[in-house]
Amino acid sequence: MTAFLEALAAPWEYDFWRRALVVALMSGVVCGVIGSHVVLRGMAFIGDAVAHAVFPGIAVAFVLGTNLVLGGAVAGVVTAVLIAVFTQNRRLKEDSVIGIFFAASFGLGIVILSTAPGYGGSLESFLFGSILGISDSDVVSVAVIGALVLLCTAVFNGRFVAATLDREQARAMGLPVFRLDVLLHVMVTLAIVISLQAVGNVLVLALLVTPAAAARLLTDRLGAMMLLAPLIGAGGSVLGLYLSYALDLAAGGLIVLTLTAVFLLCWFFAPRHGLLTRPRRAAALAEEKS
Amino acid sequence: MADPVLDIAGATVHLGGREVLSEVDFRLAPGELVGLIGPNGAGKTTLLRTALGLVPVHRGTVVVNGRSPRRAQGSVGYVPQRHEFAWDFPITVEGAVATGRTHLTGPLRRRTARDRDAVAHALDRVGMTHLRTRPVGELSGGQRQRVLVARALALRPRVLLLDEPFTGIDAPTQELLSTLLSGLRDEGVAVLTTTHDLAAATALCDRLCLLNRTVVADGPPSALADTDIWLRTFGLDRAEQLLKALGVTG
Repeated sequence: MTAFLEALAAPWEYDFWRRALVVALMSGVVCGVIGSHVVLRGMAFIGDAVAHAVFPGIAVAFVLGTNLVLGGAVAGVVTAVLIAVFTQNRRLKEDSVIGIFFAASFGLGIVILSTAPGYGGSLESFLFGSILGISDSDVVSVAVIGALVLLCTAVFNGRFVAATLDREQARAMGLPVFRLDVLLHVMVTLAIVISLQAVGNVLVLALLVTPAAAARLLTDRLGAMMLLAPLIGAGGSVLGLYLSYALDLAAGGLIVLTLTAVFLLCWFFAPRHGLLTRPRRAAALAEEKS
Repeated sequence: MADPVLDIAGATVHLGGREVLSEVDFRLAPGELVGLIGPNGAGKTTLLRTALGLVPVHRGTVVVNGRSPRRAQGSVGYVPQRHEFAWDFPITVEGAVATGRTHLTGPLRRRTARDRDAVAHALDRVGMTHLRTRPVGELSGGQRQRVLVARALALRPRVLLLDEPFTGIDAPTQELLSTLLSGLRDEGVAVLTTTHDLAAATALCDRLCLLNRTVVADGPPSALADTDIWLRTFGLDRAEQLLKALGVTG
């Protein structure tokens, strides 16, 4: 037992590891909370788009040597707002608009980055994450932005629920549905930006969608879902990080695979909706009725 | 007659460049229960949405509770068609009904005893109190309709607009809904409901408004025996069936 605890504590002597852990935890929590709304609204593709849209901002910040998180946030928010505005045109479906903007911003990011020397290495860390190379100032940005997103969620949760449940009715009540859309897009962007360094551009979608989807399988209550998703997200991220330390393999990939394993467990064994538990429940219900 | 709570005068509405409503005149007073009837595409839903301030009028005026529709938003109870609602959302019956008061609670304000009372009262009126903790995804069509009506009632509105509330629901729910709407009318609520079910509308409503892009006829069911009105609203084929069902012609 002590050997196990020692093994658990071993990486703690490194500063970079402690920073990585804080960022993994925070990303997991914030993405889990926001991801619940993403999953329920069916806007996973928007999450993917925003993740790519953040890229040019990070590239600019990298070239200029300024704060990466801030640069990404600006670019992501601009794209998110553009998507929200362009989708108001009913002739184009949302997914087309998203496809156009996310590919465009990703292209822009690559062009900007290619002006900087040593472009290959930095590209890789953006795409696949560099959780062990996080700076102190990044940790502070992550904590501040993360807290801001959580606060916003607490304040506007009821309005997001009303707008997701029934847009027509929400409008008829006089709720500012369009502005709520923009706000939610901005919050998704911020959640993604702070998680980028943990798992990278390509994999960040997993942090946003997988824990929330797993949580949805476990409960029929939004409140419970918004507690379970961050729990799964944070737990999975930390476990993935430990695995990465123990096996000396890529952290971003292991975090995503851990989360996916949790999702699969929920898919098969969730108490009410699991693939393997459903027949048993149906049988129990039938028994109840007879 | 008391002053109307909904007063539409000469309203013309364009949607996507097409004229959907033309010169519509319509009034609804407190304590009236009116059926809005017309074929598919007649503009019934658009008329409700106009009153709710969701579509602008091109010409004419709309006054709701003495204000413009947009300013009156939030004071009108609205029951949209059932497919507008995300039934797969993880929320209980009670939670869904409470969303009808979202705009009253304010982002920073918690639900008060008054909110809880209004929700409990609304659930009671539609006979859903015993199912209040059930997830909405597990409800039948009739129960879902009751949830939507309760959500509108949670506002305690003076004006209630319903879009096809009688479509695809079980008989007990139909009966409950009819009793409920009559009860609201007796309490002085102004009720306007679109429906396909002419026989039920005739039995239930004080007034029928026949709509086909414009108001073809408007009056108590007994005054609408003129076959010409029905022909103009529904066209020949459908009108004959309807009239037979109503016993207007042999």
